[in-house]
Parts: sequence; structure tokens; C-alpha cells
Amino acid sequence: MSVLRKGRAGIYAALLHIALMLLFSPVHSALMPDEDIAVLKEGSYGDKSDLVISLPERPGAVSLLPVLQVMLDGDLYLSADEKLLSVTDAPADQYLIIDIDAGTESVVAEKGALKRVRINNSVRRILRRTIAQLQLRSDDVGVRLAAVKQIIDKVDTDSVAIIREYFPAEQDADVRDAMALVLAVGDLRSGDPALAEAAIETLSTSLEPVALNTLQDFSEDTDSTLLARQAEKAIEAIQGRVRVYENLETLYFGLSSGSVLVLAGIGLAITFGVMGVINMAHGELIMLGAYTTYVIQQLMPELIGISIIIAIPAAFLVSGLAGIIMERLVIRHLYGNPLETLLATFGISLILQQTVRTIFSPLNKSVITPDWMSGLLEVNSVLALTWNRLYIIVFCLIVFLALVFVMKKTPLGLQVRAVSQNRNMARAMGVRSQWVDALTFGLGSGIAGVAGVALSLITNVGPNLGQAYIIDSFMVVVFGGVGNLLGTLFAGMSLGVMNKVLEPSVGAVLAKILILVFIILFIQKRPQGLFPQRGRAAEG
Amino acid sequence: MKKSIFKTLAIPAALLVSSMTFAADTIKVGVLHSLSGTMAISETTLKDTMLMLIEEQNKKGGLLGKKLEPVVVDPASNWPLFAEKARELIEQDKVAAVFGCWTSVSRKSVLPVFEELNNILFYPVQYEGEESSKNVFYTGAAPNQQAIPAVDYLMNDVGVKRWVLAGTDYVYPRTTNKILEAYLKAKGVKDADIMINYTPFGHSDWQSIVSDIKKFGGAGKKTAVVSTINGDANVPFYKELGNQGLSAEDIPVIAFSVGEEELSGIDTGPLVGHLAAWNYFMSVDSKQNKKFIKDWQKFIGSKDRVSNDPMEAHYIGFNMWVKAVEKAGTTDPEAVQKAIIGVEVPNLTGGTAKMLANHHITKPVLIGEIQDNGQFDVVWETDGLVPGDAWSDHLPGSKDIVADWTDKLGCGNYNSKTKKCSGQNY
Repeated sequence: MSVLRKGRAGIYAALLHIALMLLFSPVHSALMPDEDIAVLKEGSYGDKSDLVISLPERPGAVSLLPVLQVMLDGDLYLSADEKLLSVTDAPADQYLIIDIDAGTESVVAEKGALKRVRINNSVRRILRRTIAQLQLRSDDVGVRLAAVKQIIDKVDTDSVAIIREYFPAEQDADVRDAMALVLAVGDLRSGDPALAEAAIETLSTSLEPVALNTLQDFSEDTDSTLLARQAEKAIEAIQGRVRVYENLETLYFGLSSGSVLVLAGIGLAITFGVMGVINMAHGELIMLGAYTTYVIQQLMPELIGISIIIAIPAAFLVSGLAGIIMERLVIRHLYGNPLETLLATFGISLILQQTVRTIFSPLNKSVITPDWMSGLLEVNSVLALTWNRLYIIVFCLIVFLALVFVMKKTPLGLQVRAVSQNRNMARAMGVRSQWVDALTFGLGSGIAGVAGVALSLITNVGPNLGQAYIIDSFMVVVFGGVGNLLGTLFAGMSLGVMNKVLEPSVGAVLAKILILVFIILFIQKRPQGLFPQRGRAAEG
Repeated sequence: MKKSIFKTLAIPAALLVSSMTFAADTIKVGVLHSLSGTMAISETTLKDTMLMLIEEQNKKGGLLGKKLEPVVVDPASNWPLFAEKARELIEQDKVAAVFGCWTSVSRKSVLPVFEELNNILFYPVQYEGEESSKNVFYTGAAPNQQAIPAVDYLMNDVGVKRWVLAGTDYVYPRTTNKILEAYLKAKGVKDADIMINYTPFGHSDWQSIVSDIKKFGGAGKKTAVVSTINGDANVPFYKELGNQGLSAEDIPVIAFSVGEEELSGIDTGPLVGHLAAWNYFMSVDSKQNKKFIKDWQKFIGSKDRVSNDPMEAHYIGFNMWVKAVEKAGTTDPEAVQKAIIGVEVPNLTGGTAKMLANHHITKPVLIGEIQDNGQFDVVWETDGLVPGDAWSDHLPGSKDIVADWTDKLGCGNYNSKTKKCSGQNY
């Protein structure tokens, strides 16, 4: 067979030669024979699945791995002369075409003449398994381990047989452990009592869902009470450990949703908390930040990876400027009139929303999450932390610390605090209170814009973005204690955790209601919030 | 006071109207879609679709020798305002028919108005069923034309054994899930294998729900999510699925409210392979569809605009109305209501849609997988056309109820056991 294939490839190489000379003649892929190409081109999904399943049987099948990988990604195309191509997007609406046989690259503007190899979920499933099967032959330990992990998720009799074949030759301890787990699942499922005890032992140390499921099935089916008891003990051990990790996961979810609340609220902690302006347009300042991120990504499509980093200062400037303009034109005339401020800023929020609707259309815009922010940090098979949320928690803490630094350690912060505590005295000391007001409002607004950058990654960027967060922002600031940054941090985090603890048992709708009721009751008891302002400012 | 606000709101609509061809004698057609507020995202497109259809009909010479004149109003995603605007269209503008509404709650809000003033409403969106009004024509899918076939597909072709029914917390998802739950249980699915979850409108923090779905699906049986999540909330939901590494091969999500329009706002990379059930996809290869897409993109002036299922429903509904008016020889709503039953027009997927006696239409059911270009690849379709069923056969209360608006019964809520029309019109 192998000789035959090589012979074929030789013939094709010769053909290629002739083709080059004649400049025209269909030349096919050396990786796959014609009939396979025909299946890829015109076969049904079932035919494609059958083809993929049969591939590992062939000699030299490992060389097909790149083709399968490209096919799984949905990027596999056939050229008019039936070459296997990988076609992916290139900058400026062009396409990068890689000839998988030859390894040559080219960039084109049109892919109309190329035929895409279409796949569906069942083909994808089989592709993944086949790739894993082929990867077991890899020299790279990491690749082999990933392949076994891939198989663990969907153990069946075929995959147990495959692993059994590779197990004796495997040298690496980690890969052997993972393989042993698959074999234990196979042993326990086989129902052979001689193998069961050792298998239960192996499975009881694992956190993989398949281990638990297999043990549960076994304890229900087995005739031996002794083995059933052993299995139940193992199940309890696993469940105990799983519960610990699940609680950790809930805590993580809570902190991450809390950090979103803190980000949304912390700008308001300055404008509302320190300055006392009831700013109903706060949500729209967040929205401006989110749209800034979108615009930056549109302006520099080649730099999606760092666009988010660039967007942070840009959003700060855009929202900060918008805030300063608002303050100078409207709000400063209304100091001391909370009701009028509320109405005026509500009007501004509507104006901002409609402006965005006019410029960007009422449709939502999509902000692309950079690759380095997507995916999971897998601690084990129960606990996995999503990268984007992890970054947002870290980002939230950085913003908080930066803000605390500005307020406590810089001259601006000193002046802001002085003006908010006693305006007349501060003016008498030579502080330009109007200038400080504008800058403070700009700072709070700018922070709202920065929050918008983070929110653009996890929610819809649309004209209504701000409305969704304005209530939450006020809730956090009031709960934390007006005018206290640390209070805002604690309030946001604890509301987030509370929400996530409640959510699984009572549902998302009721959890929200319960939190709201809790805050109302809390404010009744302690109107000044978690961390009240002390001293003269509290009365003033 | 209320009146004057009313008038100021009507000014933009009036301006729009006056810019249209203004013949002395025209047939007015009401367009009742939200152009502002949360639903503007979806409904603005339908308003444009209606304007295009009317313009085309006028190019063909209008209807009964008269030009058609669209009357556009903006109910601003505000449900009571829908009723006020509907009344204004019928009483002041004297429209011959109204095309509009998206959410079920807006339809329920205008229904009494249409019944009182005996006008016609064409409703273009898939909905929960359990309704058949003399004055409403349902050109979107009933549950048996979307939800039930979708579940059949997952059960028989994909081999799904465990089910997550996730929806937004309002009437359409709740009723649909009630029907699906009854249907699944009748098929022998146990309680423990069904997980039902509701979230508020615009929900954006999906971490724990997706994590629950992951755990639920980790029990060793093939699991699928049937999603009636509506609107904006879908984007963060799919993003979270991608982030937590739930791929379509492991746990496919089949959505009833996610179409081409919704996907055009997001990066579809992580969504590839997830499913949607509709009666129309933009990717369907038919002559009518190609022409429709060409006309639409030309009308709207952008090659990037997509078409979707509710647009097709308006296309069918409008053509049915035109045919019925021609058949009746008048635009009088009462005559059109009689004439339209049995009318057949081509749909965009290469078949024909027929208006049934229960005011629903026949439709093919298609299941599509999301592709990375934001389009759907049809992976399954029903053998023929499925007639819309107003009252679900799977709910105990509505099993025996039939709707028939021909002279035979003349009732939208007839109990075939007690042989009585409940008298309630819907």
C-alpha cells in the first residue's frame, strides 16, 4: 500500500513537472488520492465522516494532521485544480491562501473560485477524535497529553481500544496517568469484577466528570455489594472535592461580576460621592468608552491584539472631555439643586443616546475580544477560570488603586477633597474651586469611559448599554457609603458574590430582586452605607 | 395634554408620509413597528421591508388601480403606546390593513383595538401560539412550525437525551417551554433530564448559568440547549459559552430567536456549529430569494445588509393581502378577511405559503448551523410544508381547541369536545 502510494506520488510529481511545462493540466494533491478529494468536494456529511474515520488506518496518516486541523477550523478549500488550500482572512479584506501540499503562501482579494469543504457538527466531532488519535503518535509530550485529555471527555469502546494500544509504549508519567484513567473507565464499564477494584481506586483520584459518571453507573449495576460500597465511597470522595472547587468557582464568578459593578460604579463614586452631583448620564459616559473601543478597533484592524490597551487612555480622554463639557455647560449652573441636576443630566443621557444612534445606527456593534483574552485558565476539570474575567478583576483593582492614589497622594486629590469638604475655606486658601470642579467631574467621567472599555468585552455595545448599568452603579455607591472609594469596592464585590451565591438556587430574576430588597432594608437601617464619611463633611 | 404629546410624536411620521407619492386617492397601509427603544434593533428592518414591498407594488401599478401609501408610526417599544398608535392608524388615517408588532406583549396590547374596530393585522414573528383572532393573520411560525420540529431533529438526528430549556422571562419563552416540556415528557424524557432556566431581558452576566449548563451536560448523556433567549442577551450568552469552552459539538444550542440580523452584530467565530430553527434562511438557494435579497440590498443601499425570517413573513403576508384584495375587489377588512383564507403565494424558499382557516400559514421548517460568515448552513429540513397550529396539541388545556374562521365554524376558540365556541375571540 505504502509503496503504491509513494508510486502514485511519484507519478503526480512527474505530472506536476509536465504541467509546469505545459502551463495547464489538473494536478491533484499528493496528500490525498483523487477519490478522497472527490468526497471532500461533493460527498455528503456522512461520506466525509466515513472518510475521516478511515484515515488513521493509512500509513503515514500523521502527515494528514495539518489538513484535518484546517478542516476542523472550517478553513479548508479546494482550488479549481483540486489542490488542498487553507484560506484565512488577511488584513484589508484580503485572504491568505496556503497551499497545504507545497507550503506556498499567497494573498488574494477574491476567493470566489475556490470551493470550501463544508462540515457540520458530526463531522467536527469525528475530526476532533481522529486528530486526537493521530496526535497520540506525536513526539511532543504536550500534544500527546492534550490528545488523551480530548479522548477522556468522550470515552467509548473504540477510544479505550486505541489507548490500550498506545499505553505500553508511553514513557511520560503524566500521559500515562491520563491514559490509565481512560483504561480504568473501560475496565469498570466492562463489568469484569477482577479489574473493578483497581479501576475504582484509579477513578477515585480523578475529578473528570466521566470518572464520577462511570462510578455511579457501576454502583447501580453491579451485583457485588462489596464493590458497590467501594464505588460509593469513591463517589463521596470525588463529590466532596468537587464541592470545594465549585464553591471556589462561585466565589470567582461573584468577584468577577462584582468587579464589573465596581468598575461601573467607581466613576460615580467621584461625581456623585465626592461632588454630590446626581449624574443620570453616567451610564452614557460608560457607553462612550465602549464605543471608543469599537472605533479604535475599526481604525486599526491590524492591531486587534493591543487595541484594548490603546482604547483605555482614549476612552478616558473621550468620556473625560464629554464630562468636562457637561460640567461647564450645564451642571455648574445647577450646583445645590439636586432635582434639577437629575432632570438635566437625564436629558443629557437621552441626547447622548440619540447621538450615538444617529452616528452608529441603533444596531449593536461588535468589539472583538483579542486572542490573549479569550479562553480558559484550567486549574482542573472542575475549576476553570475564564481569562477575560480574570483580566477584568485585575483591571478593576488597578483602576481602584490608581484612583485612590490620585485622591490621596496628588495635589489634585487634595484640592478635590478640600473643595468637597469646605468650598469657601478652600477658595480662601487659593484653590480655584471651579477649575477643580471641572477636573473632578472629568476624572469621574473618564473613569466611567475606562469602565466602558472593559464592559465592551463582555456585553453588547449599543445605545442602551448605559441604561443597563446606571441603576447598578447608584446601588453600589449608595450601599458602599457615599463619598468612600473603599466602600464602593467592598459594596461592589459583596453584591457580586451575593448575587452569584443566590443565582443557582433561586434563579437570575429572583436573585436580582432579593439583592434589591436587601439593599433597601440595609439603607433603612444604615442610611450612610457600609463605610460612612466621618467628620464635618458628613454633615455638610 | 396627552393629545398634544401624541401630535408631536405624529409629526415625524407625517413628514415621512408627505415625502411619499401623494396621490389624491390612495390605499393606506399602516406600518406599526418600533423605531426607537429596545426593540428598534429588530423592528426598524421590518419597517424598511414594508416600505420596499409597497414601493415595488406601486411600481407594478398599485392595487385596484390606486397607489398604496404607507403610514409609518413609531410605538417606541412601549406596549400601551402600540394600542394608541393602532387606534390612530385605523380611526384617523383609515388604513386598510396594518403590518406590525414584534413582541407577543405588543400584539396582545393591540388585539382589542383591532377586534373593536374590525381591521386587519399581519403579525410577522414566530410566537407561542394559543391564540387565533378573527382580525390577526399570523405569518410567523407557531410552535409546531419551529420548536417541535427542532426538538425532533435534536432527539432523532443528534441523539440528545438531556435538555436545557433556557429563555428570557416573558410570555413567549414561558409558553414555548411549557409546550416543549409537555412534549419531551410525552416522549419519555425524565424530569431529572430537563433543566429550565429563565433570565431577565438584557441579562449580561452568564457565568454561573453557563457553568451550570456545563455541569448538567457533564453527566455523560448527550445534552442540548433549547434557547428562547431573546434580543441583546444572546451576545454575552454565546460569548460566555465560547469562553468556558463549550463547543457546539459537545453541547449544541438551538435558538429560536437568533437570525442573520442578530448575528450581524457579533463576531461569529466562537458560535460556529450552533443551531437555529427558522422557516427561512438568507442562504437558501432559490430564485425568489436571490431576487428578494438583491432588491432589499438595493433598496437599503448597502451590500452588507442581511435578510431574515420575519422579513420573509412580511413578504408573504403582504403578497397574500394584495392577492386577497384583488380577489375581493375591495380593501374592506371584512371582505378581505373572508377572501384571504385559502390564498396561496410563493414563499422565498421555493415553496408556497397558504393561508389556513385558523389564520396561520403553511411553512417549511429549516434547521441551520451557524457559519463563520454569520450565515446559516441548512443541515435539515422538513419533508414538506407544515401547517401552523394555533392551539398546541401538547398542552392539556388546548388539545381539544380548534380555530376555524370559515363560515363553517367562525370561531377562533372552538372546543371540539364540548362543541362550544368560548366566545372569547382569542
